[in-house]
Amino acid sequence: MKVWLGQQARAFGGICARLARFPLSTLFNVAVLGIALALPAALYVGLVNLQRAAGAATPEPQLSVFLARDASRADVKEVESRLGKHAAVVAVRYVSREQAFEEMKRATGMAGLAEGLGGNPLPDAFVVDARDTDPGALERLRAEIAGWPKVAFVQLDTEWAQRLDAVLRLGRVAVLLLATLLAFALVAVTFNTIRLQILTQRDEIEIATLIGATPGFIRRPFLYYGTLLGLLGGLAGCALVWVVVTVLNAALIDLSYLYGARWELRYLNAADAASVLLFAAGLGWLGAWLSVARHIAESRSR
Amino acid sequence: MIALSGVTKRYPGGFEALKQATLAVAEGEMVCLLGHSGAGKSTLLKLIAGIERPTRGTVVVNGQNVGTLRARAIPYLRRNFGLVFQDHKLLFDRSVFDNVMLPLNILGYDRREAARRVRAALDKVGLLAHEKAMPITMSGGEQQRLCIARAIVHRPSILLADEPTGNLDAAYAAEIGELFRSFNQVGATVVIATHDTQLVDNLAPRLVVLASGRIGAEPADAA
Repeated sequence: MKVWLGQQARAFGGICARLARFPLSTLFNVAVLGIALALPAALYVGLVNLQRAAGAATPEPQLSVFLARDASRADVKEVESRLGKHAAVVAVRYVSREQAFEEMKRATGMAGLAEGLGGNPLPDAFVVDARDTDPGALERLRAEIAGWPKVAFVQLDTEWAQRLDAVLRLGRVAVLLLATLLAFALVAVTFNTIRLQILTQRDEIEIATLIGATPGFIRRPFLYYGTLLGLLGGLAGCALVWVVVTVLNAALIDLSYLYGARWELRYLNAADAASVLLFAAGLGWLGAWLSVARHIAESRSR
Repeated sequence: MIALSGVTKRYPGGFEALKQATLAVAEGEMVCLLGHSGAGKSTLLKLIAGIERPTRGTVVVNGQNVGTLRARAIPYLRRNFGLVFQDHKLLFDRSVFDNVMLPLNILGYDRREAARRVRAALDKVGLLAHEKAMPITMSGGEQQRLCIARAIVHRPSILLADEPTGNLDAAYAAEIGELFRSFNQVGATVVIATHDTQLVDNLAPRLVVLASGRIGAEPADAA
């Protein structure tokens, strides 16, 4: 165990020294990885912010239930009581067709139009406050009420929220795709970087193998190298996102001042940043592992 | 300790470097493989160290059949050996000290104990004063001695040396011969492949003559 720890520490120390000895190439490698990671991370932060903004702007979820023109008083009572008893409904407000017509006449610019209609074209209606704000649940409620007798049409007043939700879902898929693509890029970059490193240390690997080094011993420093590169790349990616958000926030403060509000973009939170680092380190490790495995296989077949 | 029986090694392309070679080396013995270049000396050493695998026949070292050993067991087999290479195989981007340190790193020695052993090995080959030097600045003889220091630092039970006096003048060669003798005297098995008859005369080992891949009659009178 002590031997193992000692060998780990030595491999790690050697790699740190190597990274420090070639600061420029280390910097460029880390920059490439950082940018590759920053792209999906920044998109993700953008989505989170959009979602938050949408959440703040969504009013009470309301449905407008329009009854059929031929609905009688009894039908109105029937629908009202059913709505009142429904578990997903918080409040029901009845708007009779006369009341709605009066309101319409009072609305500026509509008076003339109402006179010209020669009768009341409006149906009886209910304004329903739903308990659930989730777009899916609202849609189910809408469909259910629309199926009742004498209900002509139910309008979801939060349809735009639903559309936004769909857009956000699309965004999440885009982030996922981009992340997958760039994960490949990350593995490829570490693979090649480690491959170059292996080639410059080919003699050392050959000699160590000849005098009894296990594949694990050969692999160890390179695995550290890959993992460390990934980790540094992850840090660079998080730093890039931080810089972008900070710059945007500075601009947003001016804009929001004009609107008399205070808008601020959120940063990548600690859990997300940690998962970016973990992800990056893991991919770096994988790239290194593949690279060394390939080299070992090649030198065996020779 | 080392036993070859009926070993044939054919390289891709059909060249037979060894033909039906049979050889037994006892523990603590010193053996010289004598022959011209191309006689199969290097191949024989490579077969013993598990660097090459025999085409036919068996190579047994410490009771293990090297030819059929699994890849993951090979590193542990090699730790029994100290290898002295014809081309030294030194690391030119490492100091003398770090070159000798390499086998101990592989074995996972404690740092202080390792440093002690490295200095002891360097002292034995007379390079202690050069421990911070880079191998590239050293003469051929010094590089060869460095290679020997690396081979003996982990006190292997078997020392395999391929042309250890290859391009050295007689004085250096004699010095290196002495090193092998002292190592053999403390109990190590030593197998040296060479065409240097002077070295053989100095060491007076058991002789095995190789000629175009065949082990010939061992001369009764070595000296």
